[in-house]
Amino acid sequence: MNNLLSVNSVRFIVLILIQVLLFSNINFLGYINPYPYILFIAFFPVKSNRAMIILSSFLLGLITDMFLDSGGIHAAACVFVAYIRPVILKFSFGTMYEHHNIRFGAVDFGSKFTYIIVLVVLHHSILFSLEIFSLSKIILVLQKTLFSSIFTILISTVITIIFSRNPK
Amino acid sequence: MQQIINFIIRNKNFLLFLLLFSISILFTIQSHSYHKSKFINSANFLAGGIYNSANDISAYFNLKSQNKLLSEENKRLKSLLYNSKSPIEINLSDSLNVPYYFSNAQIIKNNYSATDNILLINKGANDSIKQDFGVITTHGIIGIVDETSGNYATVVSILNTTSSISARLKKENHYGTLTWDTKNPAIVQLTDVPKIANVLVGDTIVTSGRSFIFPKDINIGLIVNYKLDDAENYYEINVKLFNDMTNLEHVYIIENINKPEITNLLNE
Repeated sequence: MNNLLSVNSVRFIVLILIQVLLFSNINFLGYINPYPYILFIAFFPVKSNRAMIILSSFLLGLITDMFLDSGGIHAAACVFVAYIRPVILKFSFGTMYEHHNIRFGAVDFGSKFTYIIVLVVLHHSILFSLEIFSLSKIILVLQKTLFSSIFTILISTVITIIFSRNPK
Repeated sequence: MQQIINFIIRNKNFLLFLLLFSISILFTIQSHSYHKSKFINSANFLAGGIYNSANDISAYFNLKSQNKLLSEENKRLKSLLYNSKSPIEINLSDSLNVPYYFSNAQIIKNNYSATDNILLINKGANDSIKQDFGVITTHGIIGIVDETSGNYATVVSILNTTSSISARLKKENHYGTLTWDTKNPAIVQLTDVPKIANVLVGDTIVTSGRSFIFPKDINIGLIVNYKLDDAENYYEINVKLFNDMTNLEHVYIIENINKPEITNLLNE
């Protein structure tokens, strides 16, 4: 338990730092940035208290907002994704989730990839609709969501592959 | 009573979610309106400190180009100084007798990819920086100071949908409002210029000095193209900025010494 806490605290800090110092300044093609900090929510321990994940995701989003001066958009998107996460887990891992024995190091790559895609797309659509906050610019919202999602999924997958322990 | 408590316990996750989500939405709505006190901003000890130390490292990478910019400006100012017909009197000891007080700062967080871009500078309340001071570079205007902390201040960039700055055509006195349509960080829009104005592609746009934030006649940009708006009464003009908003380092903060007196007078 203690180990779990320290691992997640380190993840929390490191992900926010690389997000605000590195990934938010990429500006690929002028405006496309990845947001891989949500990997913290994605790989939060499944068995833990649900209130815990909602609260820590809120803090994650709020601190990111503070750094990026974006009001509360990251907090809103993170809280939403954290609340809806059990549904996404069930959708992508199926029965394995119902038996409560998911270990992210051991699941097969396909379902992990689906899981990341669903999480990222949900997060980004809320993020950008709140950022732009105008119905008349819905095309811009969709455009930003699409491109940023592709970028985030790419970076997140690379990060997961690099940092996953070999199941041998 | 028992049932209410049971309901709360049963739905505690949903209620927690609802509470935190509404707080975030509240912050978001607040951030979309100009000059509302924002609780969540980067002008604080933690974010400012981290950005500052990151900037200490990254500043080395564009030392050369920034030095070139500064020496270009020195060259321009020197030629202004020695070529002007009536010698400009410079009295450095008396800084209280001028209408505008300048101080310099560095941008430690630049941002131009969002729709509401906010910058962070490394000067704050301890350096007498307050809300509504203008921020410019050698080439043109950057934005207006918003929130300040001890050592840092946030600046509402002109690349922000809530920003609207009064500007005019350099060659005649027709005023308009500078806004941004979020499409391109090099192009801003000048609206509300009356139809009677003689607008030409390539004309210079400067600040009007009507808001008492910026002095008169600070360069902003050149007209790229223009069209009449839907009601055909006003021009909508696309202005290409002189500033490269994607590469900012040294900026100047302008305080209008007379502003409190002017606003006081106007409010009476």
